Amino acid sequence: MKKSYKIDVDCAACAEKMEVAAKETAGVKDAVVSFMTLKMKVEFEDGADPEAVMKEVYANCKKVEDDCEIYL
Amino acid sequence: MNKKQKTLLWRIIIAAIFFVPLYLISEEFIHIEGFPHWALIVLFLVPYLLVGHDIIRKAFQGIKNGQVFDENFLMTIATIGAIALGEYGEGVAVMLLYQVGELFQSYAVGKSRRNITELMDIRPDYANIEEDGKLVQVDPDEVEVGSIIVIQPGEKIPLDGVVVEGSSSLNTSALTGESLPRKVEEGSEVFSGSINMSGVLKVRTTTEFDESTASKILDLVENAASRKSKSENFISKFARYYTPIVCVAALVLAIVPPLVILLTSGVGTGHHALWHVWKDWILKACTFLVISCPCAVVISIPLSFFAGLGGASNQGILIKGSNYLETMSQVKTIAFDKTGTITKGNFAVTTVHKSPIDEKKLLEYAAHAEAHSSHPIARSVREAYGKYIDMNRVADLEEISGHGIVAKVDGIAVAVGNDKLMDKLGIEHEECEHVGTVLHVALDNVYSGHIVIEDEIKPNAKEAMVALKAAGVEKLVMLTGDAENVAKSVAAEVGLTDYRAQLLPADKVSCVEELLKECTGNKRLAFVGDGINDAPVLSRADIGIAMGALGSDAAIEAADVVLMDDDPKKIAKAIKISRKCINIVKQNIVFALGVKVVCLILAALGIANMWVAIIADVGVMILAVLNAIRCLFVKNL
Repeated sequence: MKKSYKIDVDCAACAEKMEVAAKETAGVKDAVVSFMTLKMKVEFEDGADPEAVMKEVYANCKKVEDDCEIYL
Repeated sequence: MNKKQKTLLWRIIIAAIFFVPLYLISEEFIHIEGFPHWALIVLFLVPYLLVGHDIIRKAFQGIKNGQVFDENFLMTIATIGAIALGEYGEGVAVMLLYQVGELFQSYAVGKSRRNITELMDIRPDYANIEEDGKLVQVDPDEVEVGSIIVIQPGEKIPLDGVVVEGSSSLNTSALTGESLPRKVEEGSEVFSGSINMSGVLKVRTTTEFDESTASKILDLVENAASRKSKSENFISKFARYYTPIVCVAALVLAIVPPLVILLTSGVGTGHHALWHVWKDWILKACTFLVISCPCAVVISIPLSFFAGLGGASNQGILIKGSNYLETMSQVKTIAFDKTGTITKGNFAVTTVHKSPIDEKKLLEYAAHAEAHSSHPIARSVREAYGKYIDMNRVADLEEISGHGIVAKVDGIAVAVGNDKLMDKLGIEHEECEHVGTVLHVALDNVYSGHIVIEDEIKPNAKEAMVALKAAGVEKLVMLTGDAENVAKSVAAEVGLTDYRAQLLPADKVSCVEELLKECTGNKRLAFVGDGINDAPVLSRADIGIAMGALGSDAAIEAADVVLMDDDPKKIAKAIKISRKCINIVKQNIVFALGVKVVCLILAALGIANMWVAIIADVGVMILAVLNAIRCLFVKNL
């Protein structure tokens, strides 16, 4: 399953960090962050609960870049 | 400017007001007898921390998370190093100017982001529904299929549908890039995202909001940015390795040369001289770090692609990702589908030839045999017949792909199709001296003449081919299921370099594969079709371009590049846009890295100091961003 989320972040490098953090989260198959459109596209593993996974993604993103926001 | 940017701006201004006079008179302070040195450091730390505290915090956060090497780290180490060595002014100035660069970058990106979304402002806000004689505004999401909506002059059409009452002209420029208004009346199809200009329209909706043209286009454009190009991926990988390498190089620079100097020449055995040499090289290393900050490249490349995609979509050219923008710029061979691409696809029966029976009777049989076919040729035959088609008269109908149709009409075996069908049935047929699509008709296996159908060549087709050749496309090949003579005359008239005629739908794929083999090196092949029957070919080519996609979901799904209207000149334009974009990306990479390399060498040689370093860094970034924004201006290409 794929879902798209609106995000807020200040720089391209920070967006890159968020992408890496999201990809490494359990339950996430793939993630792409576009700094230009301020969107995060997440593809979930089969059977993963998007809501729970996204909470983890959010926490992991905050860890690497506390100046970021994901609108869940 | 948003709140964050405003805060940063104020921090920069206040820090600058504090810093500049301090810097100018600091030289005097040092000479004042008894002025404590630590007080000077404290004074400099005020603007330093005011403007740079978030950078320092982020650098430490990075270290904590194991992602040590980023530009925050580079800047923090370089400035703290400078201050620790007593170069207070330089340390603060670097941080201050770095933040000026960051502010500019954030502002420019935000601004172009807004510009681009404005260009694609097709999202409807509301739909008018009539309730008890009054118009009520509702969310387009809530309107069910088949509802009647009212669109007043000046309003955006919220959902796709068919006009049931009223006539007007529509501005579709946000969808197609076409500035001429489109006339609509009762029965016309209208697409969401276009703007009603003159009359009140009542429309019966045919889609839900999520399935409407406007939503689909917005979705496509938003997703485009997540398909990253090779250069974008290259840059993010590059930044991952580059920063650590630079840090190590700086460390080496700070340790090795002074050691070598000390050991070989034995300059000054005194502490003072030793410290002097060492300080000199550590400062060089700090300068090195400042110069090597990769932000100019990191920001300008995605910005260029995004601006290019935005500018193109404003012209009615939807490109599904920056990777396609890259491929598009290397297209040297284009294969065209004939119908709907080079020709208009509105066929008309021009004559009926060599018919032993009455022409009208022949048309009648043909029209009945073709009753169910959605092929444009079948439609034209039915139109030429022009009377009611009684399906009870038709039996055993069979469509043979790429050949034609056989059926029984009034008990007579009717075969309608091309040369191949006649050969297959073993019926001798006559050649036609007319150029056009020839539809042979056989009744009870006896040849009974042929119907000549002609298709109009698009008025822009010839110009489009000239433009493509001027844009450096080497081969223009037309693929068609039509007869040799038709293909030849169309190819000659339009100015194609080659054609392949009498192809079955499956042959088109193998033709494209053959052409792909001829594309060596960096040459790429594009296939242009109307997206209706050519999905396999569209996906087989390096890049699939669908034309006239407004209202055709199949085309939007199958292609990599979608031309909303059916103007063939847009193909050349799409190529030019992609070239411009890629050129700007290349310019930025070469320019930014070139300046950095030169400055790094100068710094290592001791010619460039920290001032030069930071001005080069911020200056390159500003120029690269401004250059990237040029991608947006593609209207006159």
